[in-house]
Amino acid sequence: MNLQAEIPLDYMIVLSTIVFFVGLMGVLIRRNLITMLMGIELMLNAVNINFVAFNHYLFPNRLEGHFFALIVMAIAAAEAAIAIALIINIYRQFNTVSVDDVDELKY
Amino acid sequence: MNYSYTILILLLPVLIFLFIGLMGDKMKPQLSGLLGTSGLFVITLLSYFTAFNFFDHRVDESFQAIEVFQLLWLRFTDSLIIHIGILLDPLSVMMLVVITTVSLMVHIYSLGYMKGEKGFARYYAFLSLFTFSMLGLVLATNIFQMYIFWELVGVSSYLLIGFYYERPSAVAAAKKAFIVTRFADLGFLIGILILSFYTNTFDFIALTDLNGLAITQPTTAVFMGLSVTTWAMLLIFMGGAGKSAMFPLHIWLPDAMEGPTPVSALIHAATMVVAGVYLVARLFPLYSYTSPDSLEVIAYIGSFTSLFAAIIACTQLDIKRVLAFSTLSQIGYMMVALGVSGYGAEGLGYMASLFHLFTHAFFKALLFLGAGSVIHAVHSNLMTDMGGLKKYMPITHITFLIACLTIAGIPPLSGFFSKDEILVAAFEHNKIIFAVQWLVAGITAFYMFRLYFNIFWNHTPEYHHTPHESPATMTIPLIFLALASVFSGFVPFHDLVTSDGNPLHTEFHWMIAGPSILIAVIGISVAYMLYAKKNSKPESIATSLKGFYNMAYHKFYIDEVYLFITHKVIFYFISRPVAWFDRHIVDGTMNLIGNTTVYFSGAIKKMQSGQMQWYIWYFTSGVLLLVFLVMYLN
Repeated sequence: MNLQAEIPLDYMIVLSTIVFFVGLMGVLIRRNLITMLMGIELMLNAVNINFVAFNHYLFPNRLEGHFFALIVMAIAAAEAAIAIALIINIYRQFNTVSVDDVDELKY
Repeated sequence: MNYSYTILILLLPVLIFLFIGLMGDKMKPQLSGLLGTSGLFVITLLSYFTAFNFFDHRVDESFQAIEVFQLLWLRFTDSLIIHIGILLDPLSVMMLVVITTVSLMVHIYSLGYMKGEKGFARYYAFLSLFTFSMLGLVLATNIFQMYIFWELVGVSSYLLIGFYYERPSAVAAAKKAFIVTRFADLGFLIGILILSFYTNTFDFIALTDLNGLAITQPTTAVFMGLSVTTWAMLLIFMGGAGKSAMFPLHIWLPDAMEGPTPVSALIHAATMVVAGVYLVARLFPLYSYTSPDSLEVIAYIGSFTSLFAAIIACTQLDIKRVLAFSTLSQIGYMMVALGVSGYGAEGLGYMASLFHLFTHAFFKALLFLGAGSVIHAVHSNLMTDMGGLKKYMPITHITFLIACLTIAGIPPLSGFFSKDEILVAAFEHNKIIFAVQWLVAGITAFYMFRLYFNIFWNHTPEYHHTPHESPATMTIPLIFLALASVFSGFVPFHDLVTSDGNPLHTEFHWMIAGPSILIAVIGISVAYMLYAKKNSKPESIATSLKGFYNMAYHKFYIDEVYLFITHKVIFYFISRPVAWFDRHIVDGTMNLIGNTTVYFSGAIKKMQSGQMQWYIWYFTSGVLLLVFLVMYLN
């Protein structure tokens, strides 16, 4: 099967752009910390799509892009673990997971 | 002849100063006094020994200057080198004798006078510091070393004037003395720098060598119509005038009488205030050969000061102030003598000046110590509180009388000889100055006997305690100094201390001595008529000369002129604008920068709101902006 013939690279880039900005919008707009974390994961996944797509279309004989995508996933998993630990602590401290109410660190 | 022991003359007093200064609190006060006095006794013996050796060895009929030590101290460049050492020549050896003798007498006297005072050990520490500085000043081999000791002398004078530091007037007097002399020393320093810039040396022997470059090839540079050498010599004289309290820098000396009386005797009568005379004498060949104009200036300033101070002395009531103005007047004499002198065979004035310095040190120290003895008995400085003391204090009375006769110039006491030499030198050079000095001799006799009669004769006021003679520690120095005042006139000075080291031929001039004795006797007689018994004549004379009397009583308002110049002129026209500039322009610029920063940070601090999503928003829009910029600007 030749994916190259059926789906051009542009489609992949457009897809990853959409996913990235959906994630960004989630981070910017949603007030719930968990939901913001989900937005961040989406942005990371958009990057992963780019890595894999560019590797596959532009350098089919090499694997660096794939490995990068794997590393990003590992990092994302670790980051999610830390973020959730933080969120739990924030919840214990403030009794809320709304980012609006957590604004102690200011001028 | 080996003179290396002279280093002890310098080292001993500074060691005593450090020891008493550091350990004085832990010792009995009397012990520190005895330590200081016995140390000074050793120094005095060493000085006499030095003088004996030095004046015993002539080379070809004349005395040669000897540099005992000459150690390299600072090397800035190849030509700017500062040494530190000891120089022996007739002038410095003579000063050694004067300083150590008077200082020893003052040390002994203070054992009695300062007994039981708070800070007795401190007093002796400062006296040792002063002795060290003064000896270093006269033994200096170069003008820079002299300048260092010159300042040290100023510091110790400051410390001793302000000895009673709980008394505001003493503190003010100490500050005044220090500031006025420092102001003069500014001129001194500039003079030293100009001189050494053109001669490439600080060394006295090189500077005053008649065949040396400084004298044979003086610089031809001219500044504001006067040669640079004259400027330098005048500026150096300014330092000397400050220390020696010449008009118009004399204002500190009368106030300096706030210090303990023995200090006035030592510092403000016998030794430190003649440092200016010593300075001019030390550089005399330079003055004489390269800038005779500045010698003229010195003669006129000296002459004016002696007349001016003598007139003021006639009106003062504080006995120490009378003596202070008398000191001014006598130093004026010495300056006149230097000013009218030539070099070598014409060096009569030079010899006379130093002769007068020598005799004056003894009789003026005696006068001050006698006054101290009187003050000790009466507990007052004012002559209106005194009178009839001659039957209570016989030794003080006799020695004081001898000192008064000496300063009045009655033969055969020492003051007669030295003053006579000065008048002869003045007569040969300038008749006007001679006439002034002759008149001052009469005024001197008058005011000294006014003082004497008011203290020891006149009517006896009601004393709270019957005055009694001072203890032996105080009367022995009085007797010794009285003997010195009587006999120091017979020292063959013209053989010993002359401008070029060769013996000077002098003659006795009855034409000069006769009138000077006459006017002294007239002055004494007038004083006798007015003050020997209480009467209304002095007051009626004062009333008839009201305006002039008041002016003299207020020291011709020189202090007020200074206050006017500093407070009204300098403060208003210089200090105020400068302060305004500092406060508004300099501070204003700094405040503007600070305020601007504060304002802007106030304006943008709201950005740090703690709302994390706003941060992400700023960041994202910044990145997007950069991306668009890069894309569209390329």
